[in-house]
Amino acid sequence: MATLFQGLGLVTPLSSSNSFESNKLLHPSRTCRSISERKDGIFVVRSDARVSQLLKRRARTHDLLVTNAVATQGGSFVASTSKPGHELLLFEALREGLEEEMERDPCVCVMGEDVGHYGGSYKVTKDLATKFGDLRVLDTPIAENSFTGMGIGAAMTGLRPVVEGMNMGFLLLAFNQISNNCGMLHYTSGGQFKIPIVIRGPGGVGRQLGAEHSQRLESYFQSIPGIQMVACSTPYNAKGLMKAAIRSENPVILFEHVLLYNLKERIPDEEYVLSLEEAEMVRPGEHVTILTYSRMRYHVMQAAKTLVNKGYDPEVIDIRSLKPFDLHTIGNSVKKTHRVLIVEECMRTGGIGASLTAAITENFHDYLDAPVVCLSSQDVPTPYAGTLEEWTVVQPPQIVTAVEQLCQ
Amino acid sequence: MNLNRDGDTLMTLMGTTGIDFPGGTVDFIPEMKFIYGSDKERIPCYRVLDDNGQPIADHNFVQVSEEVAVKMYTDMVTLRSMDTIFYEAQRQGRISFYVTAIGEEAINVASAAALAMDDVVFPQYREAGVLLWRGFTLQEFANQLFSNKYDNGKGRQMPAHYGSNKHNYVTIASTIATQISHAVGAAYSLKMDKKDACAVTYFGDGGSSEGDFHAALNFAAVMEAPVIFICRNNGWAISTPISDQFRSDGVVVKGQAYGVRSIRVDGNDALAIFSAVQAARKMAVTEDRPILIEALTYRVGHHSTSDDSTKYRPANEIEWWRVARDPVARFRKWIENNGWWNDRAESELINNLRQRLLHTIQVAESVEKPPLADAFSDVYDIPPSNLREQEQWLKEIVKEQPQEYPANISV
Repeated sequence: MATLFQGLGLVTPLSSSNSFESNKLLHPSRTCRSISERKDGIFVVRSDARVSQLLKRRARTHDLLVTNAVATQGGSFVASTSKPGHELLLFEALREGLEEEMERDPCVCVMGEDVGHYGGSYKVTKDLATKFGDLRVLDTPIAENSFTGMGIGAAMTGLRPVVEGMNMGFLLLAFNQISNNCGMLHYTSGGQFKIPIVIRGPGGVGRQLGAEHSQRLESYFQSIPGIQMVACSTPYNAKGLMKAAIRSENPVILFEHVLLYNLKERIPDEEYVLSLEEAEMVRPGEHVTILTYSRMRYHVMQAAKTLVNKGYDPEVIDIRSLKPFDLHTIGNSVKKTHRVLIVEECMRTGGIGASLTAAITENFHDYLDAPVVCLSSQDVPTPYAGTLEEWTVVQPPQIVTAVEQLCQ
Repeated sequence: MNLNRDGDTLMTLMGTTGIDFPGGTVDFIPEMKFIYGSDKERIPCYRVLDDNGQPIADHNFVQVSEEVAVKMYTDMVTLRSMDTIFYEAQRQGRISFYVTAIGEEAINVASAAALAMDDVVFPQYREAGVLLWRGFTLQEFANQLFSNKYDNGKGRQMPAHYGSNKHNYVTIASTIATQISHAVGAAYSLKMDKKDACAVTYFGDGGSSEGDFHAALNFAAVMEAPVIFICRNNGWAISTPISDQFRSDGVVVKGQAYGVRSIRVDGNDALAIFSAVQAARKMAVTEDRPILIEALTYRVGHHSTSDDSTKYRPANEIEWWRVARDPVARFRKWIENNGWWNDRAESELINNLRQRLLHTIQVAESVEKPPLADAFSDVYDIPPSNLREQEQWLKEIVKEQPQEYPANISV
């Protein structure tokens, strides 16, 4: 599934490099194109929903957006720079982000199973142990609860650990530490102890890995107060989110997908950090808002091609931020299209889609012309047999059908 | 016939037989012999003062100065008084919950006395004496118990779940044994920074059954982390006696299983605890190694104010331990014999304490509770929009119907 995919988004500069302060918005005079507002040598790239508001006011549809946002236009979306960028695979982008942060801050360290000289099961930490030493890239014995606990203790005493779960499903063993300590200790200590930890790993349905290795942990973790959750889907956002997660003072869970590690993309040479709370506009449109994240983004985009041929104009948003939801971007889209389809890999019951449906219905009820439709996996353990497994994951034809029904 | 990798023959001809496996060479024997789970002979227990506070012959302990010894004693008495008075306050309905450390004052205070302020402490919940030694005031304890606005935890944790980053004492969580893993992480951090400090964690006999205990000891040994594991083996995990908790010879033997240097100490002997912890600290910091200390003691009080332990153990057993094996009285005899304490000092201390503690309760009780905003702050570094919305919603509701909500909370 290694496709050449150019990451894209509404790329606008903001004056603040603090990812949390969504109040600091861009000046109306800035255009979509200009990128480099440098602060401390880095620039924060954010997809800012306010731009779309801006365009509405000017009664321009999306010609400004189209030239910037559509992948097939070619070239880097970093339009203003002369450097060509470099091509890499998603797992390499994650590594690049991690490596840059480890160089920048000696407090950043990695711990997990086989992350050291083995380089990690998916090679995200390849060669880091050689570069930074065995202590900063630590191989742990097999006890997820305890090495997550270790990461929490290390974070409370000044380090910034990146804990790798070899598979997200294994972090179920760490639920106690993640919920009762990671999420809570900053609060229960009255703000005295902070936990700037990143917990990351591959999850989602892979290729016949069996039920235990096909978990969607974002469902289980989404209720935990005190943590943030983000899901990456392209090399570009993988690197940007990794860096943002490491720099955040809050505990962040970064969800990667087993099947997306070999995606190739050209990313900028310059340093960039993405916002942890923002969604990514993948394809602007008018008829329907399709909300998705991680691997399902690709199924949606495949369906989008079919839909476009059939005359539909779907707006596709990769929500990226699973906790909290970027209701600003999502809301603006709903207000425009009045129809929402959520496409997720989580199970029907209690997944991200279920929460998102509730949030949209609660906040944007008046703008909906039809009930929110959510396509999810069924409430079954993921079967091993390839055909059965395929049927538990939402496929592009189902997405096409759902849009057609929604737009009737 | 097996050959070693480089082709040498086995040394069968020389009478010794060893064979390489991952992990090293092991001798092998032809007779089938099972190692028993627990030997009849138990690991002996280090103590230096007998039940009458007299030094035992052939003792080796660290000589403690008068100043340190008197502070140790007064802190142990203070802890005892705190426990008595705050327990009563809970009984009177003034606070909702409390845990006492009665019978374990020596473990609390003597261990703290042997540590340095830079050593980061990860407690379970029966170690208020450690925080007391480090300078947490009686008023600060009371504020936390009443969860008023001066509580440095901002009223968010249950009573007796103290925490103070100023004193390097990490906020207590109700989860059992999770702090043991945290301590190893902290030790890892200290080792990376090459600090002259170690991590210290406390837990009970029950806590040693949790998965975190085992993995943490294992990790600490593998990583050669400077951490001291102090187990307060007080015989009871709520109503579960240790015979139902494990079948090993206590907790000390588990250290050996993980490759961790361990010692068993009489937990009611303040001097033995002091010496052992001091030695452990030196080894941990200078040699980058974990140490396990099993302090044998008895939980004289109930598990907490939600428990009545006479329901599952004989009252006379509790009484015997309370009187005959009292660590405070034992240490008192030792310092009195050294001429460092007397009856007058004792009565002054007790009266003074009682007055001060009652005063702290009065004061803490009258202080306002934390404001509503504190329910929403510190969940993250900056409140995200959903929390701001939820706070706004709650504020509006409270404003609309103030009679439905307590008056002593500012909105």
